[in-house]
Amino acid sequence: MALLKKLVGAALVLGVVGAGAGWLLSAPVKLDAETLAQLGPGDAVRGKRIFNAGGCTSCHAKPGSKGEARLQLVGGLQLKTPFGTFVPPNISQDPKDGIGAWTVEDLANAMLRGVSPSGEHFYPAFPYASYARMKPADIADLYAFLKTLPAVAGKAPDNSLSFPFNIRRGLGLWKRLYLSNQPVIALADGTPDPVLTGRYLVEGPGHCSECHTPRDFTGGTKKSLWLAGATAAEGRGIVPNITSGEGGIGDWSEADIANYLETGFTPDFDSVGGAMVDVQRNMAELPPEDRAAIAAYLKAVPPHPNGYPARSKPAK
Amino acid sequence: MRKLVIAISMLSLAASAAFADPILDRQGLMKERGKLVGGLSKIAKGEADFDAAAVLAALQALQVNAEKVDVDALFPAGSDSGDTTASPKIWQDMAGFKTTNEKYVADVKATVAAAPADVDALKAQIGTLGSDCGTCHQTYRVKKG
Repeated sequence: MALLKKLVGAALVLGVVGAGAGWLLSAPVKLDAETLAQLGPGDAVRGKRIFNAGGCTSCHAKPGSKGEARLQLVGGLQLKTPFGTFVPPNISQDPKDGIGAWTVEDLANAMLRGVSPSGEHFYPAFPYASYARMKPADIADLYAFLKTLPAVAGKAPDNSLSFPFNIRRGLGLWKRLYLSNQPVIALADGTPDPVLTGRYLVEGPGHCSECHTPRDFTGGTKKSLWLAGATAAEGRGIVPNITSGEGGIGDWSEADIANYLETGFTPDFDSVGGAMVDVQRNMAELPPEDRAAIAAYLKAVPPHPNGYPARSKPAK
Repeated sequence: MRKLVIAISMLSLAASAAFADPILDRQGLMKERGKLVGGLSKIAKGEADFDAAAVLAALQALQVNAEKVDVDALFPAGSDSGDTTASPKIWQDMAGFKTTNEKYVADVKATVAAAPADVDALKAQIGTLGSDCGTCHQTYRVKKG
């Protein structure tokens, strides 16, 4: 009996310690002073490039809006995933419904750490697992550009997620596994500059891997199948393999890739489709050397076979 | 007797046209369309010489191709299953799909009517048509492996 009491006591202590450790390990971690000091003054012209590379409008513009109206970042798109429905919020300059009251440090903590101004975790549907690789100075430039965009009132609806994904605090543990500011693809010393720039654009602001890399069961990207294509998180269909492996784009030249990002035409006369349409329209706004850099990097990425299961052809 | 044979063979021809696989038919039209646009965009990119008569001929072929798309015949109910990348959204929003198609047809006709005199004009027009391709494929096509 005494033994049982001891065991129960030990289990209780362990449980409390475990919960305490989990609580500590899951705590949101904001940026340190040293990183914040690298933000600098910010420049709206340079920030526009980052804005387009990041494709902010793809999720935060009003769904279905066109042209100039896409700069009204009111949110409201519904991303229906196996975890539940994510709704990108209003990130316009409205001080109440948007992020008009945010400081540049707030934006940096959101994008590089996935932490809100009030100190809560954001869900990684907001692709900070990629943005974490961005240079702080680019965040400051982006902040300056966002300041030039209109304030639009209106709150987007909340996410509706299933258990246990609806517990924000748990994301702290997820971040310990997947949040890193280090590049994914190691490149040898002396790698030419376009490849390095391309790596930065693809792995960081462009967040290409968020759709083009398959995920494990907790929703982290599988680095061993980097950019190998994946089953689409939303609805039916797949996101293509953009490595040079079988099923990928090995037969595209760098010029073909750059041209696709500019015009939306593939080398075999097909056109861009699905969620990539908005991405391609943003990429078309980039300077030509950025599209060339992305192409150069994609050619340097290790080839993988398709990261999604082969299609079962239905019987006729 | 001969007349009867001809009549029967014509009937069966008509029947086979009516019962042809709409999925294969629409895929054929899309492939032809892609080839035509591909040839034109080569000229727009400066990879092939600009010949006004040849460009006009290609654009006219594009118009013939566009006008062949009879949405009701090519996208009948039930043709969302099978070996197709057509999105179920076509049938959920048939009116929107038709509007998107009609905009493309109108843009092709306008391009033929204002046939481009030089590469820059062609480039702008291919830009418009390419944007139509993307707009439709954004919503109404599902990429499959």
